[in-house]
Amino acid sequence: MAEERVENPTPEIRTVGVDGMLVSFGSRLSEPANRAALAFRAALAKESWDGVEEVSTSLVSAYVRFDLRHLDHTSLRARLKKLLAQRDWYAAELPGQRRLWRIPAVFGTDLAPQLPQAAEAAGMTEAEAVASLSSARVRVQTIGFAPGQPYLGELPVAWDIPRQTQLTSRIPEGALAVAIRQLVLFSVATPTGWMHAGQTAVRLFRPDAEEPFLLRPGDEVQFTSVTPEELQGLKRDPLGGARAEDLS
Amino acid sequence: MSGTLTILRAGPGVTVQDGGRPGWLEYGVSRGGAADRLALAEGAALLGQGAEMAAVEMAGMGGEFQADSDLRIALTGAPMRASIDGAAVAWNASHLLPAGARLAIGAARSGSYGYLHAGGGFQTPEHLGARAAHLAAGIGAPLAEGDVLETGPDSGRGTGLGLAPDDRFEGGTVRVVASLQTALFPETELTRFEQTTFRRGARGNRMGVPIESNGEGFRTEGARSVVSEVIVPGDIQVTGDGTPYVLLSECQTTGGYPRIGTVVPCDLPRLAQAAAGTALQFRFIPLEEAVELERAEAERRAGLRSQCYPLIRDPRSMSNLLSYQLISGAIAGEEDVL
Repeated sequence: MAEERVENPTPEIRTVGVDGMLVSFGSRLSEPANRAALAFRAALAKESWDGVEEVSTSLVSAYVRFDLRHLDHTSLRARLKKLLAQRDWYAAELPGQRRLWRIPAVFGTDLAPQLPQAAEAAGMTEAEAVASLSSARVRVQTIGFAPGQPYLGELPVAWDIPRQTQLTSRIPEGALAVAIRQLVLFSVATPTGWMHAGQTAVRLFRPDAEEPFLLRPGDEVQFTSVTPEELQGLKRDPLGGARAEDLS
Repeated sequence: MSGTLTILRAGPGVTVQDGGRPGWLEYGVSRGGAADRLALAEGAALLGQGAEMAAVEMAGMGGEFQADSDLRIALTGAPMRASIDGAAVAWNASHLLPAGARLAIGAARSGSYGYLHAGGGFQTPEHLGARAAHLAAGIGAPLAEGDVLETGPDSGRGTGLGLAPDDRFEGGTVRVVASLQTALFPETELTRFEQTTFRRGARGNRMGVPIESNGEGFRTEGARSVVSEVIVPGDIQVTGDGTPYVLLSECQTTGGYPRIGTVVPCDLPRLAQAAAGTALQFRFIPLEEAVELERAEAERRAGLRSQCYPLIRDPRSMSNLLSYQLISGAIAGEEDVL
């Protein structure tokens, strides 16, 4: 087993429903599988085959939805195989035009009441947990579940903590929650099993704005610790104090 | 010629819907759009216009509407009681709504989602390339008393057409294909899934509906370690307690709960339209069969316009029946017919 893990898994092509196909680069989240998925999606978008209606990524896979009247499973599968064979996708670089976002967050307090619980699960004091979470530079591995909502990783190994067995009935918009070496920054209020450790004032999806989505897969994010009073002052800013610089 | 339709009264789940906004999955926005897409195609056929135009979707309960100028309308989807200035009008048909007349639409008699279409379509603002409200994403809002909807220029003409309703409002058997995580369920559980008669649960909305049974929940092997994957409408997620949940047009875009299968798109209206308590069964079919069904359905939808027939008025719905000369040409039987 241990030797096998060094090798990247073989990509797998599966069907999704009736008119979709998924190219998976692993059965678990890993940095190379995530990079491969992002790069393969970008390649698919560039190919823009007739009949392909939509492409997207999840954590370790690229998804294709196609029009059954213009494309069939056999020929799409053959094309995907051919594209897969073109290069080592696990060695792919991250997408271009990436940015580093610094987003102010309150860790703990009654704004993010599960920090103590999360710190304990990670074997840290609350101060250590805040220091660890606010020094980590995490990457947008995928956007999903809700509009503009990022899965961010990968955190230090101490944060390989399980999701809760019981759901939190409502986590607010802008909440920063932690589990399984990842952070999720919530774009809508929703029930969740992730632990609410931080709170931001950022709005990830603004339907009326010229650029409705703040983050893109590949962007990096660092959360800077602020006080509840400072966060209150940032609420008038639709970006909630978030600032970006180009990475290239 | 464009006009307006004013909402005088509306049930709680009345929204503007179209075919939804494909292309934003990458950003976490599911396509959304009408819960029953066939109803959109039917409305377009009845009005002789493109199926991309936006209509008003009514969840379970309609409302009262008034147009500021003569407006061609069509009513499709779950059959609801409808009247214009008190005179009952047929469902699955097109009508003229005269300027100032009151169109009243009541509760669904069966099914869940009824649709009100307008000649020229409703022209509410576009977000990300579509007019559909996507409540889960925070796009748009339910319509309420006092809202005024603009209608687009109507290049079509004529009303009084009907279309035989496709029977999809009373549950029944829904065809599914195996999908990403079907293999995580033991064969015995898949068989039990096919043999179970479910009821549509009472909760549920445009995101999805739970399906309930008296039996035990459905179990997977090793499902806790499944990495979150893309979700599509029609996917049947099995939640932690083993209850299947069928996802509809406004579903989330990724999820970690295992999926036992995916409803074939042409059968999804049957699921979306099932009212709470309606009996539903599921049957796995091979992917090849599902592809053929989808291709045939696309062709059928494209040909709906030729299926429309002139509406013959139902004498029972004519309040002024006695003003008609119904016996013209009849004879008493004693006349000398020669």
